[in-house]
Amino acid sequence: MAHKILIVDDEPNIVISLEFLMKKEGFEVAVAGDGEDALAKVAAFAPDLVLLDVMMPKKSGFEVCEALRADPARAGLRIVMLTAKGRDTEVAKGLALGANAYVTKPFSTKELVAKVKELLAA
Amino acid sequence: MLSAGFVLLLSAAYLGLLFAVARYGDARADAGKSIISANVYALSLAVYCTSWTFYGSVGRATSGGLSFLTIYLGPTLMLLFVGVIVKMIRISKDQRITSIADFIASRYGKSQLLAGLVTVIAVVGIIPYIALQLKAVSASLEIVLKTSSDDLVPGFLDATFVVAALLALFTILFGTRHLDATERHEGMVAAVAVESVVKLVAFLAVGLFVTYGMFGGFADLFARAAAHPDLANLLRLDASRAGTWAALILLSGLAIVFLPRQFQVIVVENVDESHLRRAVWLFPLYLLLINIFVLPIALGGLLHFQGQPFNPDTFVLTLPLSRGAEALALLVFIGGLSAATGMVIVETIALSTMVCNDLVMPFLLRSRRLGAGSGEDLSGLLIGIRRAAIVAILLLGYIYYRAAGEAYALVGIGLISFAAVAQFAPAMIGGMYWKLGTRAGALAGLVGGFAVWLYTLLLPSFAKSGWIDNGFVAAGLFGIPALKAQALFGLTGLDEISHSLWWSLFVNLGLYIGVSLLSRPDAVEAGQAERFVDVFRRSSADADARLWRGTASPGELAALLERFLGRARARQQLDAFAAARSVDDWRALPADAEFVRFAEAQLSGAIGSASARVMVASVAQEENLGLEEVLDILDEATQVRAYSRELEAKSLELEAATAELRAANERLREVDRMKDDFISTVTHELRTPLTSIRALSEMLHEDPEIASDDRTRFLGIIVVEAERLTRLINQILDMAKLESGRAEWTTSAVDVGEVAREASESLGQLFRDKGVALECVVAEGLPTVLADRDRLTQVMINLLSNAVKFVDRDKGSVQVRVGGDGDRVRVEVEDNGPGLTPEEAVVIFEKFRQGGNTMTDKPQGTGLGLPISRQIVEYFGGNLWVESRPGAGARFIFTVPLPDRT
Amino acid sequence: MKRSNPMRQRLAALCLFGVLLLTYPLLGLPGGDWNGLPAVYLYLFGVWAGLILLAAMVAERRA
Repeated sequence: MAHKILIVDDEPNIVISLEFLMKKEGFEVAVAGDGEDALAKVAAFAPDLVLLDVMMPKKSGFEVCEALRADPARAGLRIVMLTAKGRDTEVAKGLALGANAYVTKPFSTKELVAKVKELLAA
Repeated sequence: MLSAGFVLLLSAAYLGLLFAVARYGDARADAGKSIISANVYALSLAVYCTSWTFYGSVGRATSGGLSFLTIYLGPTLMLLFVGVIVKMIRISKDQRITSIADFIASRYGKSQLLAGLVTVIAVVGIIPYIALQLKAVSASLEIVLKTSSDDLVPGFLDATFVVAALLALFTILFGTRHLDATERHEGMVAAVAVESVVKLVAFLAVGLFVTYGMFGGFADLFARAAAHPDLANLLRLDASRAGTWAALILLSGLAIVFLPRQFQVIVVENVDESHLRRAVWLFPLYLLLINIFVLPIALGGLLHFQGQPFNPDTFVLTLPLSRGAEALALLVFIGGLSAATGMVIVETIALSTMVCNDLVMPFLLRSRRLGAGSGEDLSGLLIGIRRAAIVAILLLGYIYYRAAGEAYALVGIGLISFAAVAQFAPAMIGGMYWKLGTRAGALAGLVGGFAVWLYTLLLPSFAKSGWIDNGFVAAGLFGIPALKAQALFGLTGLDEISHSLWWSLFVNLGLYIGVSLLSRPDAVEAGQAERFVDVFRRSSADADARLWRGTASPGELAALLERFLGRARARQQLDAFAAARSVDDWRALPADAEFVRFAEAQLSGAIGSASARVMVASVAQEENLGLEEVLDILDEATQVRAYSRELEAKSLELEAATAELRAANERLREVDRMKDDFISTVTHELRTPLTSIRALSEMLHEDPEIASDDRTRFLGIIVVEAERLTRLINQILDMAKLESGRAEWTTSAVDVGEVAREASESLGQLFRDKGVALECVVAEGLPTVLADRDRLTQVMINLLSNAVKFVDRDKGSVQVRVGGDGDRVRVEVEDNGPGLTPEEAVVIFEKFRQGGNTMTDKPQGTGLGLPISRQIVEYFGGNLWVESRPGAGARFIFTVPLPDRT
Repeated sequence: MKRSNPMRQRLAALCLFGVLLLTYPLLGLPGGDWNGLPAVYLYLFGVWAGLILLAAMVAERRA
């Protein structure tokens, strides 16, 4: 059975590229355009992994991550934070909030796919 | 009719009450809870108002009109020189000064000769003044009892003598409880303050009685007096006496500080320098109040007793009595008694200290038996001497009173006394501010001034009383006209007081300055001059310690203290001194300069600085420092002080510089943080399109199998995002140029309406594509503005593309209006889009903060358009803002000012 | 203690001001009657009271 991946980003063109990339790798994909949408989609779609943008309207990626980690039922959910801000403090903050990986934009598609597969295999 | 027994009993009861107050004050002082407040201090200064004020002011007013006021205006003005008085207090505390004689002697090298001279001048000048008080008490008694006062006591005594004896007893009880004269007499001060209140209340009472009881108020009294040719003159000032007026203000201004009793209450009895802040206005207020009714009472008396024999000096008593107001008369009598006793007690204490320390002790100490070699305890003897001096002074006062009787020499003594103590002014004030003043100068000035005073004022008053031949007044000494006592060297046109004051101060000041400049101070003097003049600047005892070099033994010094202070008190002081130097037992103290100075200061408090110095010298083998050496040490101390002041100034400067640096650093860090935020935001904005471009192009590159429509779609996205990236980079550069002020501007006359129309036209296709209506309304005849046409176009295009971005497809409409608004051109771009919340209306002008959340429109905005537009408009002196409500569209408005027509 | 104490300087200035007001020639100016009272009487006490008031304001003001 294919792993399910939720893509959360407010940039439509990034969503398009990620969606295409993940579908090509054989994952089942859903998308969300902002933080609140993301939480709703997690509940409805029950993904195995979330690709989560940090800078989003309504709820930032950090807040979404925090909310997801506060839910014990979602303990197995992998979270990969994506951000265009590459500052060390933000990487540290994301990891401290419970993200499994932190990827800065623009990312290499190969590496991102490898990271996603590695996390899902673990 | 008041019975003698009742009046005497009342007087005794009143004095008893004062004594109780004094005891209470002393007890509180002993317990460390001083009752001397700023108010008590200020009231105690009113010891200035003696019976000469209480009875005599009215008398002066009957002959001189308002000129009596000078005696009270002078002190009012003098007290405003608070700095002089604070300095005097500070020096006195530093040097343990006990009297005005001690002050002068101490300044000029602790000279016994100078101390003795000042004491003699003070005693000669003041004894008649004390006699005047005795006379006032007995005269008031006679009036109240309508009988000769001598009938009141057994025939071999007279009432005035009894009064003097009682006052002596009272003064001894008040003033010699402790030996150490620098220890304040707080009980006495409290009693004097009470007396001040009593005499003020009594005087105001009689004033109100005369003005409103016997006459119809001020206006009535003045009107009646004005109608009377003799009295009308009293209501005017005589401009021909301008010189006298000024001289009396000067004289009384000096007296308020230099009368021994005033020096006692102002300086020696001062508990806290800050009390002066109260005294500086409360005491003058007291003087004002006690003088308001003087002229009315004088006029009232003159009007009332017209055609009868009267003595204006006793109006305050005879006026109430003439109307049968015996209770009021009794109150006035008590008030007068207060005025007299207060003066006598304080003056006698001050004088007895001076007589004991500066006249008697030097002689006693020189005698073999009591001198340096003897080990006898002298503390009891000292108290005895002081008590004897009190008795002697009052006895002298009594004798003078007896001898003078009604003579002029008594009546006029008030101002004569003032003129005597005014002689202290040059040596005192010069000593506090002029380091070059020397002992020789002070001696010469005092002797000269005193001699002139004697010759031009005191002796003529004797002559007027018929005690001596008045030839030297009428014809001049030895018949030389230039030596006429009251027209010296032909100086006429002045009254006798001004004449004497002028000549005596002229001679005094001239000799003081002249002789000082011609003489050299010795080592001790130079040291003291430094200590007095620089009292506020002195910080360490270091120079003091080095100014004394020699050998002494603690045992001998301690023995000396025990001799003069008594064993218990000496031990107590030594223990305190040892404790202050963190030594358990004073016997373990080194007999160094500090110890010697301590011993000398303790002795000064008991026997005055001059005698103390002699005594310490008798047990301590002092090496004589030469003058040069002393001056070197003082010079060095001054240099060290100057250096430390410089250091202090430097360190202050440094501190300021550090603070400035810190602030600058803070600013830099803030700028840095902002820059960091900016870069981080810019990075984010640049990376976002790059992310799509890279991801999509990587996928296209790696997978040739991608379906052709996906391929086309992805390439489209890449193109759009690359355009976005380009636009972003251009705007960031534009923004950076604007912010750094490096943007290039081409300013010319611009027709804003035309710019709006052109911008609308250039975006016409965009609007039509989205089905949005665009209307452009330009008012007729708008003047041109000075601006950069391309930049204004940029602003217009930005606003229009924003508007079209946020309105609904096919339903949207945008209106552009250009019109005048006073001295500006106003451009509005209104849409019917979703509108903005008040928060959004603010943040949209911040960099990279875009309005709206519509995903589809987002890539079109960089978040820099509005900030750049605002920068441009503000550059031309205009404003850019938005008016909007959510759901009601938005109206962006900018204005550009018209050029100044002038 | 600071050497240039502003309170002391203000009071000293007040003194100089008072000297001018309370001596000739200014003292010769008030003449005649003001409301039935001799003008010079009112002038002297008025200036005096004014000086006292100003001195109180200067001296009692907390530094």
